[in-house]
Amino acid sequence: MGISIVVTSGKGGVGKTTTTANIGTALAMLGKKVVVVDADTGLRNLDLHLGLENRIVYNLIDVAEGTCRLKQALIKDKRFDNLFLLPTAQTKDKTAITPSQMQNIVETLKGEFDYVIIDCPAGIEHGFENAVAGADRAIIVTTPEVSAVRDADRIIGKIEAKGLDDHQLIINRIKYEMTKKGEMLNIEDMTDILAIKLLGIVPDDEKIVVSTNRGEPAVTDDHSKAGQAYKNIARRILGEEVPFLDLEDENTGFFGVLKKLFKR
Amino acid sequence: MDLFKIFSKESPSKDVAKERLKLILIHDRANVSPQFLEMVKGDIIRVISDYAEIDQDGLEIKLTRTGEQNSSTPALVANIPIKKMKDMGR
Ligand SMILES: Nc1ncnc2c1ncn2[C@@H]1O[C@H](COP(=O)(O)OP(=O)(O)O)[C@@H](O)[C@H]1O
Ligand SMILES: [Mg+2]
Repeated sequence: MGISIVVTSGKGGVGKTTTTANIGTALAMLGKKVVVVDADTGLRNLDLHLGLENRIVYNLIDVAEGTCRLKQALIKDKRFDNLFLLPTAQTKDKTAITPSQMQNIVETLKGEFDYVIIDCPAGIEHGFENAVAGADRAIIVTTPEVSAVRDADRIIGKIEAKGLDDHQLIINRIKYEMTKKGEMLNIEDMTDILAIKLLGIVPDDEKIVVSTNRGEPAVTDDHSKAGQAYKNIARRILGEEVPFLDLEDENTGFFGVLKKLFKR
Repeated sequence: MDLFKIFSKESPSKDVAKERLKLILIHDRANVSPQFLEMVKGDIIRVISDYAEIDQDGLEIKLTRTGEQNSSTPALVANIPIKKMKDMGR
């Protein structure tokens, strides 16, 4: 039986879909059988992040309505044979599926896959309820901004009220130069305020834009720092202890290298 | 000693953000409505009025956090200006 993980945030635009695509791909690269599920009905994006938008025939809503079988709606990834996408409908809205239907679909997927990663829409309404319905575990994505942290706190409260106690935080779009100057909330500030376990830190990285342009997740690019961060997160999901990137940065970044030179 | 802090007059914006967030989250988490605070205010006036004449317009009650540093425990703080103590027949 596999594990289902919902990627959620409350606020939109903080990186849920980017995170789902990258963690899904990274887990597949580590040999796991993975399906990423787009729960953002009406505003689907996950297909674009994976470059699979031209291969969609059936979707999540078709499965819920019984128009097709679950297997028919699954799309195999271009690069990795053990990675699949369950897209959703672009022309329906979020009430086209119920939480209990969603739960059944996720349950069935868990029988086939090691990991079922669910991309949650923004907000705390119907779409959120659907996305968390079948989840065993939650990843909350936030950015170092007051509004995103506030929304993350609200979502953590909602998730805990549902008894989903296995939840961790990803801080996305950290800008090291700004945190160094005290012009951006740092990791400690945020874990302190949210009182939640940290799963990973993803730097703000221009390469993410290039990745999305091409429909190739950052983890497939060896030179992307964000990609490296997501690969580390995937290994942590598998239970490995991997040091956080900002510490690594101290040693491998420009200033880290300078420091080492002076230490000698 | 942090040289940056000595030379800058204002505190770094991330400290401002952190302080603001702590207060916002206390309100969000406690889920108190303005009506709730008004009800508490009304009851406080009723109880204290037995003992003292209070300035009702100057009465202020707010949700904040306890005085300890970095605390995130919510605290109700009331500022109740007293015009005159009542003679309780002592
Ligand atoms: N680490 C990052 N560095 C730079 N840009 C990012 C990063 N993560 C996300 N973005 C950008 O932020 C935008 C929103 O990301 P997305 O994953 O669609 O958010 P959400 O699904 O939460 O709405 C996208 O344009 C994406 O390219
Ligand atoms: Mg999204």
